[in-house]
Amino acid sequence: MALMAILGIPLLAALLCWVRPLRRVAWGLTVAATAATFALATYISAEVIVGGKVVALPGWFEADGLSALILVLVSFVCALACVFAGGYMQHEEHAGKLRLWWFYANYNLFVFALLAVPALAEPNLTWVAVELVTLFSVLLVGFDNTASALEAAWKFAVLTIMGAPIALFGFFALFWTYRSATGGAWETWDALRSAASSMNPNLVKLSFLLVFVGFGAKSGLAPMHTWLPDAHSQAPTPVCAVLSGIKTTVPLYVILRFLSIVLASPAARLGNWMIVLGLISVGITAFLLLQVRDYKRMFAYSTVEHMGIILTAAGLATQTSDFGAVSQILNHAITKSLCFYVAGLILLVLGTREIQSVRGLFRISPFAGSMLLLSSLAIAGAPPFPIFLSEFSILSAGMRAGQYTAVAFLAILIVIAFVAIMLHVNGMVFGKPATLHSAKALPTSCRFAVLVAMAPVALLGVYIPAPVHDLLQLAAQQLGGR
Amino acid sequence: MPTSIPEALNTLSAGLILISAFAMVATRQVQGVLRFFVFQSLLLAASSFLLAHGRNSVHLWALGAITLAAKVVTIPWVLRRLLPGEFYERREISQAVNIPASLLLALLLTVVAEFLTGPLVATVRDPVIRVNLPIGLAGVLIGAYSLIARREAIPQLIGILAMENGAFFAGIAIAPELPIIAELAVAVDVILIAVVVGLLTRNIRQTLGTTEAGALSELKEDPLAWR
Repeated sequence: MALMAILGIPLLAALLCWVRPLRRVAWGLTVAATAATFALATYISAEVIVGGKVVALPGWFEADGLSALILVLVSFVCALACVFAGGYMQHEEHAGKLRLWWFYANYNLFVFALLAVPALAEPNLTWVAVELVTLFSVLLVGFDNTASALEAAWKFAVLTIMGAPIALFGFFALFWTYRSATGGAWETWDALRSAASSMNPNLVKLSFLLVFVGFGAKSGLAPMHTWLPDAHSQAPTPVCAVLSGIKTTVPLYVILRFLSIVLASPAARLGNWMIVLGLISVGITAFLLLQVRDYKRMFAYSTVEHMGIILTAAGLATQTSDFGAVSQILNHAITKSLCFYVAGLILLVLGTREIQSVRGLFRISPFAGSMLLLSSLAIAGAPPFPIFLSEFSILSAGMRAGQYTAVAFLAILIVIAFVAIMLHVNGMVFGKPATLHSAKALPTSCRFAVLVAMAPVALLGVYIPAPVHDLLQLAAQQLGGR
Repeated sequence: MPTSIPEALNTLSAGLILISAFAMVATRQVQGVLRFFVFQSLLLAASSFLLAHGRNSVHLWALGAITLAAKVVTIPWVLRRLLPGEFYERREISQAVNIPASLLLALLLTVVAEFLTGPLVATVRDPVIRVNLPIGLAGVLIGAYSLIARREAIPQLIGILAMENGAFFAGIAIAPELPIIAELAVAVDVILIAVVVGLLTRNIRQTLGTTEAGALSELKEDPLAWR
C-alpha cells in the first residue's frame, strides 16, 4: 500500500496546488507532501531490509533493495530542495514571478514521475515514467523565461526526448526475445532477469545498447552530455539540486537494471564496454572541469563524472564493485544536492554565476564560504567524506578484479577532477574580495536546508549505520555482479 | 512465401510509412511536415488494425485506436491550439543540409537499418517481422536525422514524434502483446511531449521573437568567447 500511496501523495499535492484558494500555500503543501513521501520511502526501505522485497500489486508495484534505495534518495533530495526553494524562489531573480503556485504544481508532478520509476516493476511503464520525468522537468528548467534558460530547456528537451524512442526500440527488442524464449509470460524486472540465460544473446545485447544510447542521453553520459551543463546551470537552483542530485541517476537506474539482465545472460558480455564508456565520461569531464567558468556548470560537470564512475563500477561486475556503485549513487545524491544548495546561497549573496567574480567569499559570507569549502571537498572526494569511501572501494574492487588499466585511468582522472574543483573553489573561498559587498541576509529556509543536507554528508563518511549498510547490500545484489 | 491479404497490405503500408518519412525530410513548409506526420500515424494505425484482424489480437486493436486518437486527432489539435496559424505557413529557408543531400542521407540510413536488422530477421519466419523491423528502425533513424538537420522548432518536435512512430511500427510486429495500460500511458506521454514542447516553443517565441531553434546558441563551453 505504501508503494501506491507514495505515488498518490505528489499527484494529490499537484492537484491541490492548482486549486485557486490553496495557491498561496503551495509551498507549504509541497513541503508537507515531499516530507510525507520521505517518511513513506523510509518505511518501505525498513520493510525491504526485513523482508527483502515489498510487493504492493504483483507485477505492477514492487520494490526491492535497489528501488527502495532510489525511492529514499529521490524523496530526501526532493523534500530538502523544496524547503530550500521556499526562501530562494521569493528572492530577487524570481520575485517578478507571480506564478509560484504553478512552479510547485509542476514540481510535484516531477516528484511523482521520479518516484514512479523505481516503484514500478513493469518495464513498459518504467519507460513511460522515465519519459515523464523529462517532460515534467523541461518547463522547470525554462522557468526563468530568460533567453539562456529557454535555450537550455530547448536543448534539454530535444536531446533527451529524442533518446526515448531509441530506448523504446530496445525495450521492444528485449520483450521479443523474452516472449520467444518463455512463451509469453508477464514481464517484470525479476522475470526478465531469471529468463536471461535462455534469451537470444544478440538481441539482449542489441536491446541493451539501444537503451544505453537512449537513456544514457537522459542521464548525461558522455558523449550525450552536452545538454546537461546548460540545463543544470540555467534552471532555478532548487531544481538544479534535484536534476543533478537524483534525476540523472533515475535513467541510470534503468540502465543498471538492463545491465543486470545482460550480466545474467552468459553469452552476452558487455562489462568491459561499460568500463570503457564510463571512463570516457569521467575523462571528458575531468578536463572540462579545468576550464569551466561558471560554478553551477562546474557542479554539473562533476555530475557527469560521477555518472561515469557509477557506470564503470557496475561494469566491473563484482560484488564489491556493485556495493561501491550503489554507495556512490547514495553519496552522489546527498553531496551533489548539497553543492547546489550552496551554489544557490552564493547566487543569493553575490548574484553572479561566474567563478572569476566570486573572490573572498569567506569574508563576505562566512556561512556560505565555509559550506562551499566543505561541500566541494566532499564532492571532489576528499576524506573523511563519504564519496572518498565509495570511490576508494570502487578502485580497490577494480584491483581485486584484475582491471589494473581501468583502475589506473580512473584514479588519475579522479585526481585531475579533484584538483580542478579545488583550484576553482580555493579562489572563490579565500582571496581578496573585489568589492566589499554588503552581505545580504540569507533566508532561514535556505540555511536550514543546507544544514540538514550537510548532516548525512558529514555522518556517512565516518560512520555507516547498520540499516543503511543493509539497504546498500540489498541494492548491490540487484546489480547482478559475481 | 505465401502471404495473407492483411500481411500484404501491411507491407504496402510499410512502404508508404517509409515514403512519408522521406517526405518529412523533403518538405520545407511546417504545415506540410505536420500533414505527412498525420499521414504516417494513420498508416501506423492501419497497420496495427490489419495485424489485429489477421492475428485476432485485442491489444493491437486497442493500439490502433489509441494511435488514431493520440497522434491523428489530439496532437495536431494541441499544436494548433498552442501556436498561431501564421506559424504553420512558415517555410524553412536555411537548413543545415540541403534537401537533395538530406534525401540521400535518409536513403543511406534506410540501408543501414536494413543492414543492422538483417542478421536478426534472418532466422525469423514471420513475414511481418521481416518487413516491420527494418522499416521501423529506418523510421527511427530518419526521424533522428531530421532532428539534427532541421532548424525550426516544430519540425524538430515532429521528428521526435516520427521516431516514436518508427519504434511502434517495429513494436506491433515484435512485441504485440504489451499491456493495454502501458499503451495508454505511452499515448498520454506522446500527447504530453506535444504539449510541453509546444508550450516551450510558445515561450521561446514570446521571449525571443523567433522559433528557429538553430538561433539558440548562446550557451557554450568556449573559454575564449564566453561572455
